[in-house]
Amino acid sequence: MNPKNFNRLFFEPIQGATLSHSEAAEIFNKDEARTDWHDETLWFVREKRDKAVRQISEWEQLRTLGSDIKDHTLSNLDNYLTEFEKNAQANGIKIHWAIDAEEHNEIILRIIREQKVHQVVKSKSMLTEECHLNDFLSQRGVEVVDTDLGERIVQFRNEPPSHIVLPAIHLKKQDVSETFHEHLGTEKGNNDPQYLTEAARQHLREKFIKSQLAITGVNFAIASTGGFVVCTNEGNADMGAHAAKIHIACMGIEKIIPKAEHLGVFLRLLARSATGQPITTYSSHFHQPRAGQQMHIIIVDNGRTKQLGRPDFRSSLKCIRCAACFNTCPVYRRSGGHSYHTAVAGPIGSILNPNLDMKANADLPFASTLCGSCSNVCPVKIDIHVQLYKWRQELVSEGYTATGKKVAMKGMAFVLSHPSIYRIAGKMGRWMMRAFPFIMNNKSINPWYKQRDMPEAPKQSFRDWYKKNKQ
Amino acid sequence: MKVGLFIPCYVDQFYPKVAVATLELLEKLDCEVVFPLNQTCCGQPMANSGFASLSEGCDKNFVANFGEVDYIVSPSGSCVLHVKEHLHDQDEIKASHIRRHIYELTEFIVDVLKVENITASFPYKVGMHISCHGQRGLHLSSMSELSAPAFSKPAYLLNRVKGLQLSEPKRVDECCGFGGTFCVFEEAVSVKMGKDRITEHALNEVEYITGVDVSCLMHLEGILKRQGSKVKTIHIAEILNSH
Ligand code: SF4
Repeated sequence: MNPKNFNRLFFEPIQGATLSHSEAAEIFNKDEARTDWHDETLWFVREKRDKAVRQISEWEQLRTLGSDIKDHTLSNLDNYLTEFEKNAQANGIKIHWAIDAEEHNEIILRIIREQKVHQVVKSKSMLTEECHLNDFLSQRGVEVVDTDLGERIVQFRNEPPSHIVLPAIHLKKQDVSETFHEHLGTEKGNNDPQYLTEAARQHLREKFIKSQLAITGVNFAIASTGGFVVCTNEGNADMGAHAAKIHIACMGIEKIIPKAEHLGVFLRLLARSATGQPITTYSSHFHQPRAGQQMHIIIVDNGRTKQLGRPDFRSSLKCIRCAACFNTCPVYRRSGGHSYHTAVAGPIGSILNPNLDMKANADLPFASTLCGSCSNVCPVKIDIHVQLYKWRQELVSEGYTATGKKVAMKGMAFVLSHPSIYRIAGKMGRWMMRAFPFIMNNKSINPWYKQRDMPEAPKQSFRDWYKKNKQ
Repeated sequence: MKVGLFIPCYVDQFYPKVAVATLELLEKLDCEVVFPLNQTCCGQPMANSGFASLSEGCDKNFVANFGEVDYIVSPSGSCVLHVKEHLHDQDEIKASHIRRHIYELTEFIVDVLKVENITASFPYKVGMHISCHGQRGLHLSSMSELSAPAFSKPAYLLNRVKGLQLSEPKRVDECCGFGGTFCVFEEAVSVKMGKDRITEHALNEVEYITGVDVSCLMHLEGILKRQGSKVKTIHIAEILNSH
């Protein structure tokens, strides 16, 4: 049997047309030197984060505070959202509500058409990635230019971001050089980061000046003031919003915080967790449109209320998208963001995406050893690894599992509930071989044996030894 | 004090020496140890695969075997954590007694027996592999992600072993990649994670890699053997029971 088929029969939940995480990860690992480089690059960010959080003695209290504020907000979301709407409208901001990705995209298209806009710039917003806004607009003849450097790089390459904070982290400077040579006409083979960044600056500056409409994300929307905060390190959100006559900010319903003073908790948590900086370079506060400018906010559900209604998974909505869980995840670092085949990859993506589409994302909760490091770094204390475990139960009970695996598990459960059968099976030395696939001495069909030796079978089991020596 | 020895199924079959060492060590430390012969498994292999719903029979059997002892001790942090978090039964009084009295071997020695001296001798360079479930689940040691004081129950014991030189890998508590069925679902990443742990231990020129979980060690051993490495794996019970 071909190992792939074997894997599908026993181990892989049902998949759509895309490669499953394990299949994509296997391809990723073919280039071991590059895997090492990817792993080390992200581990460096994790270490920076460690240093930054140890600089403030109250770090763990800060996490508790952040978590509590988010819990409270999620339990009162309806009130805070309407409070935010009222205050934002009073400030002259137009509020739109979108039930799903499609409605979100349609609202933006409508504004673009009404205002007869042709040039759109967009700073980083994972929500617009989740809604596939770029594709939607470009199919309708609207060009959107991503202005975050990493996002612009992946946009040139027609790739999705592989990380929510560092979208092009899967690329080396040589890759960027080639991309820029092709799209910006930079010197072939010039890999100097400063040279390449300068080329991007010149290119983007022109886009900023010409743009008529700027789209940004929202990191925090403040209910009590109706304002919102956007955090970037490049200042590109500000460049866009300040140059264009229309600013559209897109936010998920979970971006709300009750009061401005809570920013003192979240801005500290976010930057230290994300990149190990004490604060992001730009934390821009937007409260009202300037004279002659239009400001819109689109508040999006897209499955979030459904997740809010799942008691086991609602706390995943506390996420502030810092990506600390990505950087610490030993599986993410060795499989890359694209293996997760979703806009938000990594551990948090693996508990958010099954909510959006269980069938297509049934593999993701299994792309983890449940080591728990993600939950420990999470600045808002989401119990990510516990939710990964719970999603596995949910997926199986909803029937998203391969038949072979179900049969194997039922057989295992039967043997393990009947000590006498277990003993006979153990004595024959055969049962373990079938129950635990790693104990099959066959390289071509046994995934354990491909790169690992088997444990040596001893002459007697402990049980036999005990009976002989202790009874 | 009556201690029920819980030996996970794969340890019973493939690593009986770990079970023997655990038993002898506990007896040396004056415990009355029993090994209930009808025990099978904690049910974790099914639960971690999403089939916790099938573990009822397994749980019932566990309660029948361990409901009567004062403490349950096992040389596997991962199985202990699973029982602590997930064991339920119609007889909830017994199930809850078990959940509250099941211990991984080193935490039992340190927290319950409060042992301060270890008579063992093991004159080798040993690398400590921290197993995630024991560490992040049972809190056997401090965690590198948290801003909190450092401690380690396994290292506390190993540092009392004569002649033993303990070292830590550079990334002190990164997962080895075993992860239960993950080791076969996600073979490529699993092996890569294991190889990377081994590389860091090799830089410290260790002769042995030890830990509190046989499963992690079995995975690392499989890779070491395939590489033809001289480094060996050894369970902490075997070191603490050596003389
Ligand atoms: S789940 Fe936590 S660690 Fe991961 S991105 Fe969200 S806030 Fe950050």
